[in-house]
Amino acid sequence: MFPAIELIAINKSFGAVHANKGVSLSVARGTIHGIVGENGAGKSTLMSILYGFYEADSGEIRVNGAPIRIRSSNDAIGAGIGMVHQHFMLVEPLTVVENVMLGAEGGAMLRAGEAKVRKELARLAQDYGLDIDVDAIVGELSVGLQQRVEILKALYRGADILILDEPTAVLTPSEADALFDLLRSLKEQGKTVVLITHKLREIMAVTDRVSVMRRGEMVATVETADTSPPELAELMVGRRVLLRVEKTEKAPGAPVLEVRNLSIIDARGVLRVADATFTVHAGEIVGIAGVAGNGQSELLEAIAGMRRLSLGSVRLEGRDIPSSQHNPHRMRELGLLHVPEDRLRMGLVPSFPAFESAILGFSHESQLGPGPLLDHDRLVADLAKTMEQYDVRPPAPRLKTSNFSGGNQQKIVLAREIERNPKVLLVGQPTRGVDIGAIEFIHRRLIALRDAGVGILLVSVELDEIMHLSDRILTMCGGRITGERRAAETNEQDLGLLMAGVTDEAA
Amino acid sequence: MSAPIEMPKWADTVLVPAISVVAAFLIAGLVVLSIGENPLTATRYLLQGSLGTGEGLGFTLFYATDFIFVGLAVAVAYHAGLFNIGGEGQATLAGLGIALALNNLTFLPGFVLVPAGILAAAAFGAAWAAVPGYLQAKRGSHIVITTIMFNWLASVLIVYLLVNVLREPQSMNPETRTFPGASHIPFMHEAFAWFGITIPTSQLNLTLILALVSAYLIWLLIYRSRLGYAIRVVGANPAAAVYAGISPARIIIIAMVLSGALAGGLAVNELMGYQHRLLLEFTSGYGFVGIAVALMGRAHPMGIILASLLFGILYQGGAELAFEQPNITRDMVVVIGGIIILFAGALDGLFRRLVAYLLSRTKLAGA
Repeated sequence: MFPAIELIAINKSFGAVHANKGVSLSVARGTIHGIVGENGAGKSTLMSILYGFYEADSGEIRVNGAPIRIRSSNDAIGAGIGMVHQHFMLVEPLTVVENVMLGAEGGAMLRAGEAKVRKELARLAQDYGLDIDVDAIVGELSVGLQQRVEILKALYRGADILILDEPTAVLTPSEADALFDLLRSLKEQGKTVVLITHKLREIMAVTDRVSVMRRGEMVATVETADTSPPELAELMVGRRVLLRVEKTEKAPGAPVLEVRNLSIIDARGVLRVADATFTVHAGEIVGIAGVAGNGQSELLEAIAGMRRLSLGSVRLEGRDIPSSQHNPHRMRELGLLHVPEDRLRMGLVPSFPAFESAILGFSHESQLGPGPLLDHDRLVADLAKTMEQYDVRPPAPRLKTSNFSGGNQQKIVLAREIERNPKVLLVGQPTRGVDIGAIEFIHRRLIALRDAGVGILLVSVELDEIMHLSDRILTMCGGRITGERRAAETNEQDLGLLMAGVTDEAA
Repeated sequence: MSAPIEMPKWADTVLVPAISVVAAFLIAGLVVLSIGENPLTATRYLLQGSLGTGEGLGFTLFYATDFIFVGLAVAVAYHAGLFNIGGEGQATLAGLGIALALNNLTFLPGFVLVPAGILAAAAFGAAWAAVPGYLQAKRGSHIVITTIMFNWLASVLIVYLLVNVLREPQSMNPETRTFPGASHIPFMHEAFAWFGITIPTSQLNLTLILALVSAYLIWLLIYRSRLGYAIRVVGANPAAAVYAGISPARIIIIAMVLSGALAGGLAVNELMGYQHRLLLEFTSGYGFVGIAVALMGRAHPMGIILASLLFGILYQGGAELAFEQPNITRDMVVVIGGIIILFAGALDGLFRRLVAYLLSRTKLAGA
């Protein structure tokens, strides 16, 4: 039997960047095939070629043994390839039925097409256990269910081969488990699944075979049963990496950040954070676990002074912060520094040269230049030094910020905040879009900072990261803090329940 | 993951605009051809009229002075992420400021009166820009809409004032009396005459030097100062500004105030340097040309100076051309100017993409 997909010697360049170098891949029918690799390894490019967003410079694509040319996503759909993007392509105000119909209405009038969609959705629900209220407004569905709608869309269009790009990035652990169950049932029905992810745990849990990409090349394809996460990590990075940085037990010091009854109501009148109370001590990492969008971002921004508190108070090193002083500028002066969640939207200015991004938030510091001016030579020299210490590549302070990889951008942000000796450090998603090698480096730095007595509040949607780094873990759901655990005394299932809003009282 | 447009600085700042201008001239040439005139002759008249004679050059530089000010005005606002369409209105009000200051402070000596007039221009222009700036910063009223409205307000206000208040009783013209002689900014030919050098007579005056100094100071402000840094952060990434503790509202107002003050330079050049009285419509639409100048100059002071020169050549050479070749009317010259604006401003991305593509090809072939 022919493989479902064969990619043979695919080459693709963007300008001087050779994103795919002679990549070959064979995906057997009726299997779940994982593709792993660091950011920029070429996974997304390869899948975009398969789905018709880009055309390869050279190479051949075969589907079920027959060579085909895929020039658009319509060609891909025609060949039975469906894709579920990391960022959903859904129209939120429309219902599930309307979203599935979109682009396949079957004529100027909707009635006939709609009846067909309903029938087909009922069949799919039965075949794959894909149960969903077809008349629900998509925007009101949970993220996990929205993802189901994406999968339904692909299946409705006759997809035999389903590509999922980082599907669990937005899911709770239990939602992720439900997704994996679904993928397994798709596999049993003879569908082929290609799963792109950087989470090795998921690869191990659900795939049959896994291919590893590194710097545009396909470096290995192995049976999942014959490999292990450390081996995959080594293949991805090209050297041995520690997936878990060791840290010693340490008794926390005095409270440095005390948050009391903090509530935030946003401009639209929605309650984003409800009555959050917690303390971070010196020399302690407190992790906040939660699915993205449950109030963690607003909480961080409020503590940093970027948002007005609707209720509650913040104390820093035992001192009340009056609301008149609760702004980013003053908080920095008081020693509360902030590595924001979204470095490209907030932490850096992508269009600036790196040395200008490296003073964001600190452009008023008197040592940066004479009077009202900034001394560029000095800024460049300063950043050059920092780049060496933090191993930023390339070590080019004048290079445009957006030209650095995610990991190196994050190092620039981290260096900027750490080198100013924080007393409290707020850290949001420190390793989002960061490659494994840099993750290890960043984790080491954060632990070193904790050991030096800094109080760290860490927000991350990566549960692994929270569990590795934190001394204490808080969970958030729907803007509320739903639980608190010592990191040593909890596990994923436990946290997963708390993150889903099942509180201790209810349990 | 699309291919980013990256190219060397020289290509970005020199090559692409140059290609745009050449393409614009080619298309304009076709237009000239279509009305039965020889484009080469037309080009010769254009260049000869603007650069070929000392007098022509003087007029070219006079226009360029106007364009540098309004170009800088648009650029400063642009760096803060604002599109200030209100150069016309701001310059008009600056003219009012000049007239009020100069005709009421006649007792002052020249070396005080001239700076007083310039400051009045800057203050009135700034004030007229500050209101839309405030509305944008605090109320979210879109700056494009409000500055356009303020152009109309300025235009009717000045008509009312010139007809009913500021006009000399015995004069039929809606204009003020002539400013005191001490307040006139010397013409360039006068300034050269002090050193015994004779140059052809033109409207060109010492305001050109003020324009060049302003360009340097704006460069220093935008690219080297803490305030300029804050302005660029707000323009490039408002969320990052909030994170950094920079108040976007404050920066928006500051940028608009600076922008309006710079637009006032147009009034200084036209009124204190040349007309020596306040009259209707002295801005002649140059406030809008500033948008094209800033676009073409990539909002960089050096680029703005070069673009201002080009537009100065077009305005002066175009006038000569219309004079020499009656078939090519002033309207036709406006069409040619429009084509250049279209290519240099709106279609800029077209050539940018093409050049980036060609450069990356040659780089790959070379590698």
